[in-house]
Amino acid sequence: MLQQLLSKLGRKRSSKDVAKERLKLVLIHDRANVSPQFLEMVKGEIIKVIRNYMEIDEEALDIQLTKTASEEGDGVVPALIANIPIKSVKNAGRSF
Amino acid sequence: MGEVIVITSGKGGVGKTTTAANLGTGLSLLNKKAVLVDTDIGLRNLDVVMGLENRIVYDLVDAVEGTCRLKQALIKDKRYDGLYLLPAAQTRDKNSVTPEQMVKLCEELKEEFDFVIIDCPAGIEQGFKNAIAGADRAIVITTPEVSAVRDADRIIGLLEANDIKNPSLIVNRVRHEMVRKGDMMSIEDIIDILAIQLVGVVPDDENIIISTNRGEPAVSDNKSMAGQAYRNITRRILGEDVPFMDLAGQGNFIAKVKKLFGFRSA
Repeated sequence: MLQQLLSKLGRKRSSKDVAKERLKLVLIHDRANVSPQFLEMVKGEIIKVIRNYMEIDEEALDIQLTKTASEEGDGVVPALIANIPIKSVKNAGRSF
Repeated sequence: MGEVIVITSGKGGVGKTTTAANLGTGLSLLNKKAVLVDTDIGLRNLDVVMGLENRIVYDLVDAVEGTCRLKQALIKDKRYDGLYLLPAAQTRDKNSVTPEQMVKLCEELKEEFDFVIIDCPAGIEQGFKNAIAGADRAIVITTPEVSAVRDADRIIGLLEANDIKNPSLIVNRVRHEMVRKGDMMSIEDIIDILAIQLVGVVPDDENIIISTNRGEPAVSDNKSMAGQAYRNITRRILGEDVPFMDLAGQGNFIAKVKKLFGFRSA
């Protein structure tokens, strides 16, 4: 009870909550079975598609599997975060 | 035709062997014919936990290789009617047996016994593959620790990939007082993460160490909390709907008073 009250007030989190959150994150990776090779493949495909529309800095492209708060705000969901620096947008991609 | 149940966990030291010993004994106490099979070749322990270490002549590898007949390798537990042990070989390794041989062994044992309880070694390599090869269903053991739950999750994935559907879960060594303080994951937390059916909760109980010291499974000790938990699990395996034990009752005075007034923090 007290523990729940404290955590609601945003004070020190109980160690079991820390454990649960860490577990959830590690299991996202375990279950997805994401190897560096897998991420490289995804990266390659994304570059291929985007290249049709814009010029990007392929060297600086960063893609990773991470967690984010779910829409409902009651938990953590896996998310694929890609940071793709754009150099220029190709003509074909511009609106007329 | 009996049923083959594999007891597995991934992580070592969470209580697979203790659980196998107690479930096998529990089943025999309920008049079922059960055989315990130790598949931890090279690191056998089910024999000592059962107190049958001095009775071993032949082992699982002998039976599989045909050095002896299967019946010769089975050790009859004289204390419990209908309970047998098939010990692992100690001087061989996991590659001494193949999954195909295990399937055949399980088929033969199913003819004779109501339940074949397989004690799986830790890990996900050959020993694990052998242990699950002939299994009809699986019981996954975990403790409320991140490492054990993580490994349990991996094992659940591997079981399902090997067509052993709907494994059930035993959470072992639960310390209610720590759960109450928020310093141990609760059963609900673990179920939330693993999303499989719970078949039992075993409290952390000193009696387990004492009973293992003596080679007498706790399930036969009426005073042991863990023994009661195993008796309940045994009945659930037989299809009975047994309510889960209220571990809160075993807490300190304050916990009891809180419970009295309907406060339940965990």
